[in-house]
Amino acid sequence: MTSQNRVEFTMEMKSEYTILVPNMAPIHFGLLRNVFVNRGYKMEILQNSGRAVVDAGLKYVHNDICYPCQLVIGQFLDALAGGGYDPHKVALMITQTGGGCRASNYIHLLRKALEKAGYGYVPVISLSMAGLEKNSGFRITLPVLRMAIAALAYGDLLMSLDNQTKPYEKQSGDSARAVARWQKKLSVMLADGKGCFVRDVRRISKQIAAEFDAIPVNPKAKLKVGIVGEIYVKYSALGNNDLEQFLFEQGCEVCLPGILGFAMYMAENNVVGYKLYGGNPVIKTAAAAAGRYLYSFECAIADATKDCKNVTYYGDFRETRRLAESVIGLGCKMGEGWLLPGEMMELIENGFINIVCAQPFGCLPNHIVGKGVIRRIRELHKEANIVPIDYDPGATRVNQENRIKLMLAVAREKQQEGGIGK
Amino acid sequence: MIRIGLDIGSTTLKCVVLNERGELLYKDYRRHFSRIAESAAAMLGEIATAFPEEKDCDPVISGSAGMGIADALGLPFIQEVYATRTAVRHFLPDCDVVIELGGEDAKILFLGEDTEVRMNGTCAGGTGAFIDQMATLLNVTPDEMNFLAGSSKQTYTIASRCGVFAKSDIQPLINQGASKNDICASIFGAVVNQTVAGLAQGRPLEGKIVYLGGPLTFLSQLRKSFDETLDTTGIFPENSLYYVALGAALSDEHGAHGLGELTDALRNYGGSGDYRACLPLFTSKAEYERFAERHARAAVRTDTPVPDGPFEAALGIDAGSTTVKAVVTDTNGDILYTRYQSNTGDPVAIVLAILKDFYSAFPAAKLVASCATGYGEDIIRSAFTLDTGVVETVAHFTAAKRFDPQVDFIIDIGGQDIKCFKVRSGAIDNIFLNEACSSGCGSFLQTFAGALGYSVSDFAALGLYAERPVDLGSRCTVFMNSSVKQAQKDGAPVEAISAGLSISVVKNALYKVIRAASAADLGERIVVQGGTFLNDAVLRAFEQELNTEVTRPSIAGLMGAYGAALYALAHRPAQSTAPTAEALERFTYTSTPIVCKGCTNACRLSVSTFDGGRRYISGNKCDKPLRKSEETQAAPLPNLFEYKRQLLSAYRPVKGTRGVVGIPMGLNFYENLPFWHAFFTTLGYEVIVSPPSTRNLYLRGQATIPSDTVCYPAKLMHGHIDALLRMGADTIFYPCMSYNFDEQLSDNHFNCPVVAYYPEVAAANIRALGQVKFIYDYLDLSDPKRFVKKAVSVFRRSFGELTEREIRNAANAAYTEYAAYTAQVRRKGEETLEEARRRNLPVIVLCGRPYHLDPEINHGIDELIRSMGAVVVSEDALGNLLHRAETSVLNQWTYHARLYAAAEFVCAQSAVQPIDLVQLVSFGCGIDAITTDEMRSILESHGKIYTQIKIDEITNLGAVKIRLRSLFSALEDSREGGETKQP
Repeated sequence: MTSQNRVEFTMEMKSEYTILVPNMAPIHFGLLRNVFVNRGYKMEILQNSGRAVVDAGLKYVHNDICYPCQLVIGQFLDALAGGGYDPHKVALMITQTGGGCRASNYIHLLRKALEKAGYGYVPVISLSMAGLEKNSGFRITLPVLRMAIAALAYGDLLMSLDNQTKPYEKQSGDSARAVARWQKKLSVMLADGKGCFVRDVRRISKQIAAEFDAIPVNPKAKLKVGIVGEIYVKYSALGNNDLEQFLFEQGCEVCLPGILGFAMYMAENNVVGYKLYGGNPVIKTAAAAAGRYLYSFECAIADATKDCKNVTYYGDFRETRRLAESVIGLGCKMGEGWLLPGEMMELIENGFINIVCAQPFGCLPNHIVGKGVIRRIRELHKEANIVPIDYDPGATRVNQENRIKLMLAVAREKQQEGGIGK
Repeated sequence: MIRIGLDIGSTTLKCVVLNERGELLYKDYRRHFSRIAESAAAMLGEIATAFPEEKDCDPVISGSAGMGIADALGLPFIQEVYATRTAVRHFLPDCDVVIELGGEDAKILFLGEDTEVRMNGTCAGGTGAFIDQMATLLNVTPDEMNFLAGSSKQTYTIASRCGVFAKSDIQPLINQGASKNDICASIFGAVVNQTVAGLAQGRPLEGKIVYLGGPLTFLSQLRKSFDETLDTTGIFPENSLYYVALGAALSDEHGAHGLGELTDALRNYGGSGDYRACLPLFTSKAEYERFAERHARAAVRTDTPVPDGPFEAALGIDAGSTTVKAVVTDTNGDILYTRYQSNTGDPVAIVLAILKDFYSAFPAAKLVASCATGYGEDIIRSAFTLDTGVVETVAHFTAAKRFDPQVDFIIDIGGQDIKCFKVRSGAIDNIFLNEACSSGCGSFLQTFAGALGYSVSDFAALGLYAERPVDLGSRCTVFMNSSVKQAQKDGAPVEAISAGLSISVVKNALYKVIRAASAADLGERIVVQGGTFLNDAVLRAFEQELNTEVTRPSIAGLMGAYGAALYALAHRPAQSTAPTAEALERFTYTSTPIVCKGCTNACRLSVSTFDGGRRYISGNKCDKPLRKSEETQAAPLPNLFEYKRQLLSAYRPVKGTRGVVGIPMGLNFYENLPFWHAFFTTLGYEVIVSPPSTRNLYLRGQATIPSDTVCYPAKLMHGHIDALLRMGADTIFYPCMSYNFDEQLSDNHFNCPVVAYYPEVAAANIRALGQVKFIYDYLDLSDPKRFVKKAVSVFRRSFGELTEREIRNAANAAYTEYAAYTAQVRRKGEETLEEARRRNLPVIVLCGRPYHLDPEINHGIDELIRSMGAVVVSEDALGNLLHRAETSVLNQWTYHARLYAAAEFVCAQSAVQPIDLVQLVSFGCGIDAITTDEMRSILESHGKIYTQIKIDEITNLGAVKIRLRSLFSALEDSREGGETKQP
């Protein structure tokens, strides 16, 4: 690896150090945390937000680097400086996806920033499927991986059910309470190491779905809006100025494609890579197996809603892939790659013809897979109403909301004219 | 009941009153100078006077700054573009496209069957505000601009993406004496291009086109410019200014409100007061007085007495971007005379007036030394036969030393640029200039003050005691515009906005340009300069932000000119050529525009002719038009860029038996052309390559660019593909390539996402590609065996008739040719280094990407460096000499790995010969945000100077020149052992 003086996270640190994790998707990461708690780690998901985070990012990271990187690093530095932690007793964890997008460099930029801010001694753990860095005190074993996948699956399901129920609930707060209740239940379970096999997920998801299905709701007539985009800005309220909440307040039903999709996309890229360029068949076979395994989790949560009246699960990775291929080559694999157009197509087919495509300002892959494909998607689906929104420290909320409102105005009109989107 | 539509824009208020049948009864328009509620209340008051019998009204609000008021008063609000659409559908039901320019927004609405709305992105800036800013720059009103543009003779290329870029194109035009008529017409042309390129995004603007909004209402020449570009005659409807207000009034939202109550509510509306705030600049008068007293210590006398009778003096002139400064000193360097004047677009006339004024005040003076600096250095020096010229950075340093001989950091915030540099062992060491994207800070403050009706100093002073300055962030000025809009919406008072702007100017300089984490990063002895620092608010913000005390000379705004005068003294000639009072009486000049025919760039030049036949040519990108035929040239300095361009142009079409394959010459083809040329030629296809990039080629393709923030090299691909289609190519080949060749310099061998997948963008957005065979499969050249296997399937599918054997042979030929090409470049690189060492010539390794070879992309920077006396070598030409670099970032892209390796090579090779590195960075390149920091740290850890040049479609080389000249001057100083000549 490139860094020679990397501070390792050792076995001794495991019991003493608190691992800090940036908050990308609140439901998912909250559940994920328990997987590590189960393995004896101390872990906390950072909750600090606001201008101080952005400023810390601006101060210690190159200003032209992507916004998520500034936010993630800003959130860490802000927490180290004023979060009440003993900097000598914390480690930082950051995901490392690898690949040709500059996001694979976040971890190195984080180390640079720590150095610059005088925290060079803080160990940084790379959370990576590709195994880019090793730490003796932190290992992703197969059981951990399985538990993590289950946590993501539960997260996807809860997020989806909440988004379908909250806009229509008769009794305000029903959906939020159901989410909170299950977060608690699942946390206890995951911390105990339970509920992590596919069959468990199947069984428990049914209970979750049934509970949401039972929440009394009004007729479903709201504007349906999908959110796609660069993964951090897509999910993180800190990154997208509370986009989900804003759309909710504007009277929309929101759909965010799940995080499992991203994991399957990563696995699938190894399969596609083999088909396109040849290479090691073992990797391809392993990746295909991993993909199938992940897919079985997605099927488990999707099937759970089969008998429900009021809720469903939007998203079927094989369908996403098929639809992506009608728009872009599957060899396009940097950043969100072909997954993003695939999600847009799938949203449209599921009736979410209105889409916010959220990306950091100047995001390289999004030139291609976001703004670059909108025209082609509109050729295939004339009704598609897609607005790309850029996020960065200088972009103001009023500008973003103005543009989204415009998209919504057109959407309402289309809804009235054609009755589409009901 | 009357219906009222109120359009609250970023700079103006518009309102209409309709009766129940929708007929227009009344309209009103005014600027609100940021006092929105107050102005709106006044407006409603007048409506009440005009309609005394109406007690109730049915109001709807729209406009970008109206949301907050609508929310607070419980009035219906509709989005402004949507309002426009409602009005257009009502009044002009058969129109197809609406182009609406507002104070800060540009919008295109596609009506008809497939309705679509486009608004400018966060980066594109505002057009109305942009035109205002340009008018200020030219010292005319927008109306006068319109009048001037009416009689233009030619137009210049002005960057169209963002206001700030355009401005740095216009400034040199002004300084070079281009006529205002032509500049005005060019500005309108830039607005048109910006709108078409940024918003149409591939969708043709056809059918009935309607022009709406303030700028298009008031500026007939702007409409004409749109007409010409779109090849149409647009409709310019009655009430074009009021469509948003009309749409609001026509909307379905209804509700009765008492007119009087509403007016009162507006009058009492204070805004939520809820905005992000910074700490106040001063909390008490006493605090300010202590501050002022401390800075009074850095005052100098500017009216040093002169002896009776004749005396000797030195002249320094700083012809800056927005101002002209002049200082005359006695031979001790004490100041006798100063002038600070805004540059009204004709620096020669201003300097002439200043010099005449000087001689009439000091008839006994004899100028014994003279020197010019700044953007207008060349023209002033040549117009007035001054003795020397000096790069601005050196001038500023020279002056700063007078105030603090130990100065180790200088920051100068001028009209449109920020310059700062460190001083190490008495030499300028590390220069930061703001990139084109964040320039304009000083003049931004000025424009904003003007928009709100203040002089800049009054405006800045307003903020001194603001309790909660608005936090506007630290981005480019266009972003600040929208931040201000947000703050206004949130009810920030003008004092808070003023203080916020001063603070953001400082933050911009610190975090965007210098990217400092703390004061210690800068230095211990900081001298601040430039007119912007004369505002105490800016100075205070700077000290507060860094938590340190700095020196601000009382002549902060004159430091460039003062430095020039001191420099002139230090380089005093035996016989000065500075003009005498008599010579000034005879002074005349004219300027004529011509187009250079030296190369394909077709630069538009201005030739200024002065009395006595002196000529000055400006607008050139290279020194070709300046070279005189009789000039005896020594053996020309080697330039690897030129060499590679020649090599690549040798890949001519070879008539084939099977047909023609077109290759768009951009991005990675700048390196892979030899490969593909050999491949297809061997297969029996004639390879035709798109013509060299030009501005026109780019413009022809721009309508199909989907993302306006992608790098210029990628955008150019649209033009190249368009050119191939025009050449009649029925097969175009442009493969997707995730991977590049593996040169063993990095962990992986990726291409960047844009290079890798741009063919997908072309396929999805260039409609005409659907009519030809466009081959854009995913190919990987790094492993020949795997490539052949893949190539067989791809090309047999695309061409049918090919056999596996033929493809195998073609691949062999391609790999052989690529290896031969690479070897040739590397050999030349090694020879060139050796030659430079032998002739003791300085070498600049000009790093970037293969496609930076394109003169339309690099704007002739390679030739510029050569004209400054250095040998230019590209990083790939060092190939055999490069070794994998140890980096602290992930090293996984082939092109970028070369950069790191080249940086290390330069450090090591410095022991053998004078060699330095300059990195070209395309604006918008995300990956270079990583490489530039890494390159800097590699070079600086070996005591080398790092120089980065950001390039875009921008064509102004002024800033680049400053940077390079400062670099060469610093290198010279360090080679002389760190000694500088003291005045």
